[in-house]
Amino acid sequence: MAGTAQTMQGLGGGRQATAAPSSPYAIELKGISKSFGPVQANRDINIAVPRGTIHGIIGENGAGKSTLMSILYGFYKADAGEIFVGGRPTPIPDSQSAIRAGIGMVFQHFKLVQNFTVLENVILGAEDGPLLKSSLGRARRELEALSQEYELDVHPDALIEDLSVGHQQRVEILKALYRQAEILILDEPTGVLTPEEADHLFRILRGLRDQGKTVILITHKLREIMETTDNVSVMRRGTMVATVKTAETSPEALAELMVGRKVLLEVEKKPATPGRVVLEVEGLTVRTDGVERLKGVSFQIRAGEILGIAGVAGNGQSELLAALGGIASAGGRIAMNGVDLPLKGHHSNGQTRRAAGISHVPEDRQALGLIMDFTAWENVAFGYHNAPEYQKNALLMDNAALRADTEKKMKTFDVRPPIPGLAAKSFSGGNQQKIVVAREIERNPDLLLVGQPTRGVDIGAIEFIHKQIVALRDAGKAVLLVSVELDEIMSLSDRILVMFDGKIMGERDPGATDERELGMMMAGMTEAAKLGKDA
Amino acid sequence: MDKLPRWADVVLVPLICLIIAFVICGVLIWGIGQDPADALKIMVQGSLGSTYAWGYTLYYATNFMFTGLAVSIAFQASLFNIGGEGQATLGGLGVALSCLLIPWPHWTLALIGSIAASALFGAAWALIPAWLQARRGSHIVITTMMFNFISFALMNYVLVNMLRPLGSMDPASARFPAAVNLPKLGDILGLVGIPFSSKNPANISLLIALAAAVGVWALMWHTRLGYELRAFGKSEKAAVYAGISPVRITLYALALSGGLSGMMAINAVQGEAHRLLLNSVEGAGFIGIAVALMGRNHPFGIVLASILFGFLYEGGSQLALGTSIPREVITVLQALVILFTGALPYMVQKPLEHLFALRRRTA
Amino acid sequence: MDLVSFLQILDSTIRLATPLLFACLAGLYSERSGIFDIGLEGKMLVAAFAAAAAAYATGSVWVGVLAGIGASMLFAAIHGLASITFRGNQLISGVAINFLASGLTVVLGTSWFHLGGQSPALTGGARFEDIVLPFATQITTNTPPLGLLDEVYSRVISGHSILVYVSFLTVPVTWWILYRTRFGLRLRAVGENPAAVDTAGVSVTGLRYAAVAITGLLCGLAGAYMSTGLSAGFLREMTAGRGYIALAALIFAKWRPWYALMACMLFGLLDAVAIRFQNINLGFVVVPVQFTQALPYILTVIILAGFVGKAIPPRAGGEPYVKER
Repeated sequence: MAGTAQTMQGLGGGRQATAAPSSPYAIELKGISKSFGPVQANRDINIAVPRGTIHGIIGENGAGKSTLMSILYGFYKADAGEIFVGGRPTPIPDSQSAIRAGIGMVFQHFKLVQNFTVLENVILGAEDGPLLKSSLGRARRELEALSQEYELDVHPDALIEDLSVGHQQRVEILKALYRQAEILILDEPTGVLTPEEADHLFRILRGLRDQGKTVILITHKLREIMETTDNVSVMRRGTMVATVKTAETSPEALAELMVGRKVLLEVEKKPATPGRVVLEVEGLTVRTDGVERLKGVSFQIRAGEILGIAGVAGNGQSELLAALGGIASAGGRIAMNGVDLPLKGHHSNGQTRRAAGISHVPEDRQALGLIMDFTAWENVAFGYHNAPEYQKNALLMDNAALRADTEKKMKTFDVRPPIPGLAAKSFSGGNQQKIVVAREIERNPDLLLVGQPTRGVDIGAIEFIHKQIVALRDAGKAVLLVSVELDEIMSLSDRILVMFDGKIMGERDPGATDERELGMMMAGMTEAAKLGKDA
Repeated sequence: MDKLPRWADVVLVPLICLIIAFVICGVLIWGIGQDPADALKIMVQGSLGSTYAWGYTLYYATNFMFTGLAVSIAFQASLFNIGGEGQATLGGLGVALSCLLIPWPHWTLALIGSIAASALFGAAWALIPAWLQARRGSHIVITTMMFNFISFALMNYVLVNMLRPLGSMDPASARFPAAVNLPKLGDILGLVGIPFSSKNPANISLLIALAAAVGVWALMWHTRLGYELRAFGKSEKAAVYAGISPVRITLYALALSGGLSGMMAINAVQGEAHRLLLNSVEGAGFIGIAVALMGRNHPFGIVLASILFGFLYEGGSQLALGTSIPREVITVLQALVILFTGALPYMVQKPLEHLFALRRRTA
Repeated sequence: MDLVSFLQILDSTIRLATPLLFACLAGLYSERSGIFDIGLEGKMLVAAFAAAAAAYATGSVWVGVLAGIGASMLFAAIHGLASITFRGNQLISGVAINFLASGLTVVLGTSWFHLGGQSPALTGGARFEDIVLPFATQITTNTPPLGLLDEVYSRVISGHSILVYVSFLTVPVTWWILYRTRFGLRLRAVGENPAAVDTAGVSVTGLRYAAVAITGLLCGLAGAYMSTGLSAGFLREMTAGRGYIALAALIFAKWRPWYALMACMLFGLLDAVAIRFQNINLGFVVVPVQFTQALPYILTVIILAGFVGKAIPPRAGGEPYVKER
């Protein structure tokens, strides 16, 4: 497959002697490498993007896509390699050069000034002169023209903070177009969009392509690649493994290239024997910043089963975990072992949840699950620092007991290196996660909340963590598993709920469904959800 | 990542900062036509040359231990309590009220009363900004700063209109009864056979300050509250995940911090002045910032840094007496220590890191 | 209270508000760019000292003003270095700068002038004269009563030093810069979301240094006015917390120029009242002078607590900018 990339590059290799940018490629990268310390994020990347196409770059989390784009936008300097824009070698030491070279970037996290108007955001950094008046006038006219041309309608005088996420993204695109961008790079643009917004975005992108612009779409969603792109490049662990025409490939082939092996996340487990109801959730709602992110969710979890929550990131799963874990205040009702738990007020917190038998492996271990500057043994007490076995007497904690306990946990969970006094930040991602999982599972909770248990974790650790989760289930405990990795959901869960837009789309039996059906439900296709109900 | 070994981070960095500050001050002294070496000699002799001099040094150090510990507790919780000055002022009011209003039969009881009153007043004064930050989101640095000024006005009012004895022109309270006078450090050391001058203001409060340092150490690293404080200071988000209430921790941290600042008054008001003066704190609340930074937020470091600043403070007075160098040269030194240890640590750390990396590579 | 006393209070309000206004607008530039500055006090103080010293040495108040600005900008540069280049703690840096000014002015002052920290009195061309505006009457102790308008014009509006008028002019200029120029747009943006500025190809560092430099300039004017306009020479600690009041005014004004004018006038008025009257008898209650003195701080706390409207600082304030990803 790597040969394909070579061939395509070969096609463009008709070395233009003239300076005129008549290269068929809008942008070419040759031999780009970039390391961060011992980690090689990009290794000898070659890619050529034909002018007037939509080019997808696909790869798993951590494959090096974002690093590559940061190099293209002048955020990072590549250790080696060259960038050609329109056939000409173009060094990009900073964002200014990228803009000058006609590259526009739409970041995953928008770079907008919240209390500025659309117009002000668009002209920021691209003003005509020292006074604003003329810039504002010209920008207003141009914005009107652009919004008609590309279905990019946003009100120029609206404040960003009043706009929906989809509209904010359009402002980012307008910003790039106002700067005469010929090449537009979008980094995971649909992660925060509703399906309608995403469809609209792709219409816009096709319109841009038809006007001769070049679009680079970075994503890990196969559906988007298949529906939107002309060509697609696949990245895996820092290298570019293939570039192919989208029409000549299939999702299955791309998926295989992405992971580099047949995904066989078979977890050995016996059939579940669900017992009594452990957790009851009724009409759970969560609002953040005035927006309802969780819109009335109801379900039950029984002892001895793993309930998987599938869904694209940002569809309310994080809020669900936060509400159950006592982090966010919520509306509705939850009952643990038949006893109602408070959902708001100062009695609703991580301590009372833990006391009720709920343990929580959070989605983001570095921001929530661990104090990175604390030692491993201090982290093993995190959330359980009030536990009686860690106290020497009414006043003092028993640090020695804590260390001993940590040593034990590190041994059972094979945390390496097994040094309790080492700071959490000094462990690898997989070992950090093992510390968190050890802490939460060893509490022997009635209910374990697990968010993205294997994100950024090596294969060996994944298997180990999966086994621990199944073992907990087999011990008659309830598990709520939230993951954006469909494989993980499919192989671990005894029942699957699909979340979309803050609501539950439907329930599936993992044995009687497939990734295609779940994927449709995750994309909010209600027919798929209904179909299942009839079946 | 080139990292510094721990000892370098804890000892070498503050030491280098201190040396830079000393060198700059030396240049300043030389610039105003004086001899820096002479000045240093006078400072050392004047503040460390006799037990009498040591007494003054330790007296000041006692103040700084209290305020330094106060600042450090808030720092540990990632809160910058710049209001030590005001909290210590209020602590002074607490001590004065306790000493004047209650007819204590013996200094030991009076001391207990003063500890309680000063801590209570200081804590209460810090709790208002703490509550405003925790509940209303007002920035604690600004509010504690505002509360410094409000405390000065309040103290002025109370002294002029309420505590001033009839017929006195001084904005100061009446003298405390002799029964509440605290034993001098010299007298205490005399009991165990160590000859130490008692003609200086060093008093038993030093032992209380040292006990407070041990207490803070135990609190921070051996209790649940200290654990929660430090966790909150490292990451508020993670603390919430663990069920640690930000409101509660903010209140506790500032109450402890304000209480310790307030306790400074035991030393300055009851131990030395024997009455409440308008400016009993004399900037010690601010020096606490330098002390906490220099001491790397660790009680042991803070005790050492306090003694250092006690030496500087007393040495500064000696300079003013013995030479034409104003004592404010110490303020400059203090400013530079704060600047280098608190605001410019990377300036010192980065080159050091390179140096250590180089050494590792050659080794 | 008769008319003349009332007008005299207004007159001193304007004088006392001037350094506040300079310092407040100074803080506005810095904080709008995302750099907290609690070192306004120190920069004012060092500027007051440098201005007095240079004016005394050269006999020219303008040389004094330049020296004040220079000294203040030097301190601003230290703050910039600490908070922009070395990504240090901006609050701690501000505290350090205040102490540095407080110590340095006394050390240098004492050794230069041998007057215990104060400068010799400035006379003649070494200090600012009050300007009598056209058609205004020069007010002396035995000026006969004038018409009401004439009284207001001559007593309140006229008869200040040039820097007073400059400070008031700085308000519309600042407003114009902030909302009508490219620099202003970028300045406001960098304090709200530096990443937006950075990805738009504009240097965050450059903008912030520019803002901090303007802060230095305006603090320089504030300090120079204190020692060469408001009084005739430098006294130790002569800023007496005005830098903090200016900071309070900035919060009170919610970081906006016209509101800054109003806040500074209010705090100037409180200062003028506290100086002129001791305790104010309102009939039913006696307001102690200490309360009037503390009022700016109390008001600021109330505003910060959001009991009367919420003061939301620039979103990126206090955080050093680190490029993401």
